[in-house]
Amino acid sequence: MSRLSIKTPDRAQTVVEGLYRDVERRISASPPGLCPVDMALSFLRLCHAQTCGKCVPCRIGLGQLTTLLEQVLDSTASTQTIDLIEKTARVIQDTADCAIGYEAARMVLQGVQGFREDYVSHVEHGRCLFGLDQPVPCVALCPAGVDIPGYIALVRAGRYNDAVRLIRKDNPFPTVCGYVCEHPCEARCRRRMVDDAINICGIKRFACDHATDMTPPPSAAPTGMRIGIVGGGPCGLSAAYFLSLMGHQVVVYDQRPKLGGMLRYGIPDYRLPPDRLDADIDFILSTGIEVHTDTAIGRDIPFSAIEEQYDAVYISIGAHNDKKLGIEGEDSQGVYSAVQLLRDIGEGHVPDFTGKRVCVVGGGNVAMDATRTAIRLGASSVTCVYRRRVADMTALAEEIEDAQSEGCTIVPLQAPDHIEADEQGRVTALWTRPQIIGAYGSDGRPRPNDADAPLQCLPCDVVVVAIGQSIDARPFDQVTPVVRGKIQAASDAFVPNTPHVFAGGDAVTGPATVIRAVAAGKVAAANIDAHLGFRHVIESDVDIPAPHLTNSPACGRVELRNRPAAECVGDFSLVKCGMTPEEAEQETSRCLRCDHFGYGIFKGGRSNKW
Amino acid sequence: MVNITINGAAVAVPEGTTILDAAASVGVAIPSLCYLRELNEISACRVCCVEVEGEAKLVPSCNNVVREGMAIHTNTPRVREARRTNVELILSQHDSQCATCVRSGTCQLQKVANDLGVLQIPYSLDLAQGKKRFWTTTFPLYRDTNKCIKCMRCVQVCDKVQAMKIWDVSGSGSRTTIDVSGHRFIKGSDCTLCGQCITHCPTGALRERDDTARAYAALADPERVIIVQIAPAVRTAWGEALGLSNTEATIGRLVAAVRQLGADYVFDTSFSADLTIMEEGTELLQRLRAGDLNEQPMFTSCCPGWVRFLKARYPQMTSRLSTAKSPQQMFGAVSKTWLAERLGLDPAKVFSISIMPCVAKKAECELPGMQSEHGQDVDLVLTTRELSRMIRAEHIDVSTLTGSPFDQPLGDGTGAGVIFGATGGVMEAALRSAYFLAAGALPPADAFRAVRASDKADRGWREAEFDLAGTTVHCAVTSGLNNARRLMRAIDRGEVKYEFVEVMACPGGCAGGGGQPVDGSDREKAAPRGTVLYQMDRSSKLRFSHENPAVQALYREYLDAPCSEKAEHLLHCDHSAWQMPQNR
Repeated sequence: MSRLSIKTPDRAQTVVEGLYRDVERRISASPPGLCPVDMALSFLRLCHAQTCGKCVPCRIGLGQLTTLLEQVLDSTASTQTIDLIEKTARVIQDTADCAIGYEAARMVLQGVQGFREDYVSHVEHGRCLFGLDQPVPCVALCPAGVDIPGYIALVRAGRYNDAVRLIRKDNPFPTVCGYVCEHPCEARCRRRMVDDAINICGIKRFACDHATDMTPPPSAAPTGMRIGIVGGGPCGLSAAYFLSLMGHQVVVYDQRPKLGGMLRYGIPDYRLPPDRLDADIDFILSTGIEVHTDTAIGRDIPFSAIEEQYDAVYISIGAHNDKKLGIEGEDSQGVYSAVQLLRDIGEGHVPDFTGKRVCVVGGGNVAMDATRTAIRLGASSVTCVYRRRVADMTALAEEIEDAQSEGCTIVPLQAPDHIEADEQGRVTALWTRPQIIGAYGSDGRPRPNDADAPLQCLPCDVVVVAIGQSIDARPFDQVTPVVRGKIQAASDAFVPNTPHVFAGGDAVTGPATVIRAVAAGKVAAANIDAHLGFRHVIESDVDIPAPHLTNSPACGRVELRNRPAAECVGDFSLVKCGMTPEEAEQETSRCLRCDHFGYGIFKGGRSNKW
Repeated sequence: MVNITINGAAVAVPEGTTILDAAASVGVAIPSLCYLRELNEISACRVCCVEVEGEAKLVPSCNNVVREGMAIHTNTPRVREARRTNVELILSQHDSQCATCVRSGTCQLQKVANDLGVLQIPYSLDLAQGKKRFWTTTFPLYRDTNKCIKCMRCVQVCDKVQAMKIWDVSGSGSRTTIDVSGHRFIKGSDCTLCGQCITHCPTGALRERDDTARAYAALADPERVIIVQIAPAVRTAWGEALGLSNTEATIGRLVAAVRQLGADYVFDTSFSADLTIMEEGTELLQRLRAGDLNEQPMFTSCCPGWVRFLKARYPQMTSRLSTAKSPQQMFGAVSKTWLAERLGLDPAKVFSISIMPCVAKKAECELPGMQSEHGQDVDLVLTTRELSRMIRAEHIDVSTLTGSPFDQPLGDGTGAGVIFGATGGVMEAALRSAYFLAAGALPPADAFRAVRASDKADRGWREAEFDLAGTTVHCAVTSGLNNARRLMRAIDRGEVKYEFVEVMACPGGCAGGGGQPVDGSDREKAAPRGTVLYQMDRSSKLRFSHENPAVQALYREYLDAPCSEKAEHLLHCDHSAWQMPQNR
């Protein structure tokens, strides 16, 4: 016998390892609205199977918890059973020898405390309080409720015009979203149970890039109602589009020279080319919307005048102010706010960073935009400074990846301390305080703490601050209380204690995403229409192709390719290439058509109108 | 046309045909359970799966359409195994005590399992336990969760046809079942008791509260005088569950069978339908002349499911209902007063049973205002199904019975009373007599046939206008509560204006009532049964309610005139005396 041997996993172990990955994917594809008690029971069973069997609390206790949870689900339990579950879990957490036991018990305990009312409902009435609202996961998670399986099927059938028409029923910014949507729809795509989520966003871009029909649907008969919209970003223009289709006369005011809001003045051209943005805006305006650009409410026209002039007013001013670091030296020459920098470029005032060393502070998508913009402005080096770890950055992973591949250095775990300037007041360095990642905060993320290490100096000529945006709601503070920087509006967009003022978008929610702004505009349009005493219906007459009966076998997800980084960094033209027709065909064929298969065909697979 | 092969045979069928229908068109039957045409095409039971060449998985045939060149196999070993396994799985969650089930013999699960020859179930029985099984025994609608196969038909009928959304999916995993939606309880819900979920249930999961035991107890009580009334629509359907054809299931045999059950008197609700016309028609003319119908119409009040709907969804319109009681309740009131007097009976000893095509009638007879010092005007309501069960229990061989006439004086109904059982019938009957009352002359009996059911009306209701002695009456008729909802919305928004509106909760009216027999065939029978009623009307000697001699005698001897003070007291009610649960 050899004294030692090299371990190789046996066949069973290899298969189980594969199943682990399947389960991981499966959990990530859980549809929203499942019974939390049933899920807790399923997790508990998994935990119990991991038990080695040495210790009492884990070996027996987890099994007994399983039985008790089954009694709850079978409605043969009493409220004392819930107390017993809680006590048992507490003791297991307290006495289990290793994490297999005490972490399992913690999950049960967290559940029994976190959704106790559901336990009680099961016990008292034999009922779960939860349920599916929208059974198609991608549609359920799209804030605007776009008919995703519908347009994917249309793209598969080569009907690009119909695909875009269908999207526009719920979202008048299909092109913009095809380029820059954060695609929450992909998060729980059922295809993940098979292999990976569908590249929904890429398919949408493909549809928009290949659609040719630019005729808007007919508007309803004129109602004679006039609606003023303050702010011509994605939220305001979405509301304008739907209200215009409903037959109302819509007038949009925007303080900048062109419409688009953050889409134009916040998102760099290399991610969203201006002509693609204009395509959506031109389409929206072709329904007959009056536009006043370069008109700031509060500066050029008092809000009271707008309020008087219109039958309803919608405030969708976005969040265009920057947040300050509040550190010494922040007023030095060479310190920019990211919002200001991107806006200047959008307006054509392009600064020259040639040969300059740039530090960008922040870890969100705006920080990545600023970073990649600085590279394109000729900076000799760009360093992104973030106080947490790279894994904690809130920017999309692919944005971080792209920034790095274009040559940016990310320096994590450094908190800005002060900015050093020369005698002329020009930035010479950013001093940072090293951080150590620490305990988890109430937000579920690990918090950074000051490390026991000396300050670090990052010599630089430019500091770009990208740590968030705020709202300039001053012109409206007579109309509506601004609480913590946000305009207060109800979930139906109505501003309480006003005759006919509605508000939505970033100005109400704080900085969010394009698709959430679009959804807010859609909600506002419906409720403004109802407020004016109408019930116009927005609908689509596009017929959806029947699904194919056999799904494609497990297949990789098509990702969009970037132009070579070396080529990209020299200009502001588009970085991402769209799918090829071959790729689009393959990717669309991966869709499992949850609108037809499963619960979708029973309830809510499709709503043709709203 | 699409060219396909089914089990090797070439077939051409129109585009859009489902595999199931394509197979049926050439005599190949594919079993199914959850499928209900146009209502529930969700392929949930997976019993109808077939093999399609080139497709990886078996394909449900009920909701997939044929494609050119499709090669379909309906009885391969793979299909056979899948079909049988899925039925076995359903049976593992089904209380298969068929011997004690009202749907034994008409149960679609029983038929599919029997057809497949399932003799053993390889899976352990997994029935709901604990509180999940509980259901109230006092509500007229009863649900047995362990007989439910989760086909979702009840949800679909209630959502799509009746727009009441009483049912919803509840629970998770294998515990998933159907329950009252919105975490409500059935008694606290706005269920109209139309019973359409019962008649569309493939198994015995849904049924009416069984009142036959109470009926037997009353029949066995020597102190009681049992008076039975039989609603018009019952005569079109009662024989179905007894294996009788229309020609065998005569009214005479129905009456004779009820006598054999032990009834002392058997009367015809068509009599009180005629009486309803006198009261409701007079009320219509009075309200018309008083200008009360200038803005909003008067609604018929015969259908308790509709009344429950209106009280639940449009309580502010309660005063628009005719105050006339329904024929069932008018009969009950008359039976314990004038009739008892005429027959020399002690009203305290009279036990009044009605046989109805309806589940909501069981709730109607218990409403406030429907009783006197002698108890409820109608003591007990049996559905057509319960009557059939009692006839079977007594082992009465109906086909050998000699017909017997209804008892007098309440045994005559006119053709106008008979057509109450079909949608549009109340309206037509009322117009016939209202015309006479207004003009003093008889119109042709078929002058108002425009309100009868025709092919699908665009908006969900039919409308017609008639001249009643110089006054134009705009009428609308609808059945099915989704249609009623659409009509009500149009009225509420002022998009339409009528003076007189008839609504029946069940599609097609009482002929398609929720208390009618279920044969497990999934054929909608309201229309053929309604046709039978119109045939009876056409062959009636009397076709105007006011010509009913018993009605005339009642007014002459007892009530004076329609809508007299006495008539108001006995034959009218206050619909605002009670509330639906969520408005209480």
